[in-house]
Amino acid sequence: MDALMQFLLSGMTVGAVYALVALGFTIIYNASDVVNFAQGEFVMLGGMITVFAHAAGLPLPLAALIAIVLTALVGVALNKLAIEPARGAPVVSLIIITIGASIVIRGAAQLIFDKQLHRFPSFSGDEPIRLLGAAILPQSLWVVGGAFFIFIGLWVFFTKTLTGKAVLATANNRLAAQLVGINTGWVMTLSFSLSAAIGALAGVLVTPITLVAYDVGVGLALKGFAAAMLGGMGNPKGALVGGILLGLLEAMTAGYLSSQYKDAVAFIVILAVLFAMPQGIFGAKRTERV
Amino acid sequence: MLSVEKLHSAYGRIEVLHGVDLEVNSGEIVTVVGANGAGKTTLLKCLSGIQPVTGGRIDFRGEAITTVPAFKRLARGLSQSPEGRQIFTNLSVEENLRLGAFLFSDERVTADMDDAFAMFPILKQKRNQMAGGLSGGQQQMLAIARALMGRPHCLLLDEPSMGLAPLLVAQIFEVVESLKARDVTVLLVEQNAFGALKIADRGYVMETGRVTMSGTAADLIADPRIREAYLGI
Repeated sequence: MDALMQFLLSGMTVGAVYALVALGFTIIYNASDVVNFAQGEFVMLGGMITVFAHAAGLPLPLAALIAIVLTALVGVALNKLAIEPARGAPVVSLIIITIGASIVIRGAAQLIFDKQLHRFPSFSGDEPIRLLGAAILPQSLWVVGGAFFIFIGLWVFFTKTLTGKAVLATANNRLAAQLVGINTGWVMTLSFSLSAAIGALAGVLVTPITLVAYDVGVGLALKGFAAAMLGGMGNPKGALVGGILLGLLEAMTAGYLSSQYKDAVAFIVILAVLFAMPQGIFGAKRTERV
Repeated sequence: MLSVEKLHSAYGRIEVLHGVDLEVNSGEIVTVVGANGAGKTTLLKCLSGIQPVTGGRIDFRGEAITTVPAFKRLARGLSQSPEGRQIFTNLSVEENLRLGAFLFSDERVTADMDDAFAMFPILKQKRNQMAGGLSGGQQQMLAIARALMGRPHCLLLDEPSMGLAPLLVAQIFEVVESLKARDVTVLLVEQNAFGALKIADRGYVMETGRVTMSGTAADLIADPRIREAYLGI
């Protein structure tokens, strides 16, 4: 029983990380139908920039803020330099561009920073909190809370605000969006900067637990992608639920089967979802009449 | 209100508008009729800014808008209900209408929406449904209603009767005619020449990228060449 509780807690923590990455996918996907595989790099940048800014003597909150802002700028640059010039290209080409961009960002991070693993102190210390016979790190609560906070924010943004609807409208029909007065170029800039900022925030929250190095983005992007597919791509609720489910599955597999198989879970999930329910749990069923 | 001078436009290297001149006065309903491929839709796309202009000029309410980007033209009072409706299929009917008034966030938005629902009661019934699930006629109504939510001085309507049952066509034309009472100037592009000329004040006939004839709607309906070529009488 204690073991189960422990697996649940660690599954929740890892799941919240995946959920944060998956939430980052949501905005860019909603604005452009593009799955941005550089999303994991945003997480890495959030962690790395915070580490180096903190090491340079800045207080942690300020370092984190700088990391988030800089990463958002990288997101804007990705849109302006790589995605926008290819406007009109098929979505698959754009996705491949994001994969290319992720390689560039990873390479640049390796040159600008280094190849070591880094961390900075947890926000609220490292003393585990006892909970129903299991232990949880205070930083885990930050991660879970962060995922939930971003989820609420995105949910309100897309369902309650006109700007959020303008993002959805731009993805659905760029031409019509322009005709109702939406500056679609600005919507894309906004989407990439928000996505990147969410990714960076995830990096800031998880680095004290998982550590950060220039190449952590690949795995995170793939796991986050699996989580988003499981929950239903483009839906914040799907990202949250998909992420937590995937984290729990991983923790259970590692606990009851073997930790060797842990990483395979995400990919089995991707395959199963694609075969059995391509829309995911909360994915919109596309019914359109012409 | 709207004045077009020697307008040229091309898709790639193929020019499809070869110097179109056109004038729409305030309060008028003006129609552009012509066969498929005459350049009517391209003309409207140039006016709303989603098709690049390669020569000539467009003036709207006394200002040149030839190079103004599409998304800024609605703020100047020029709204388009585009060909093929182009509604936001993954949003609800109400959200589509709300986005039509994207530029505004005052109380008039609600009043305008009630107006749109009064104009097309079926949209009120379906206000919470996904727009992609509407029938063709309902989508057309939504496209027109959404264009009106932007508070246009001038409404560009592209083929509102296309693919609709005759009863619906009559209803749509009735609504277009009623826009006069709301001080909305209308430029209506139609293949259904007879229906369009019946409600219009003036008309232009386009053939292969040029205006070949123009005049009052009554004169055009009476012209034997028009009757033979477009009205099937």
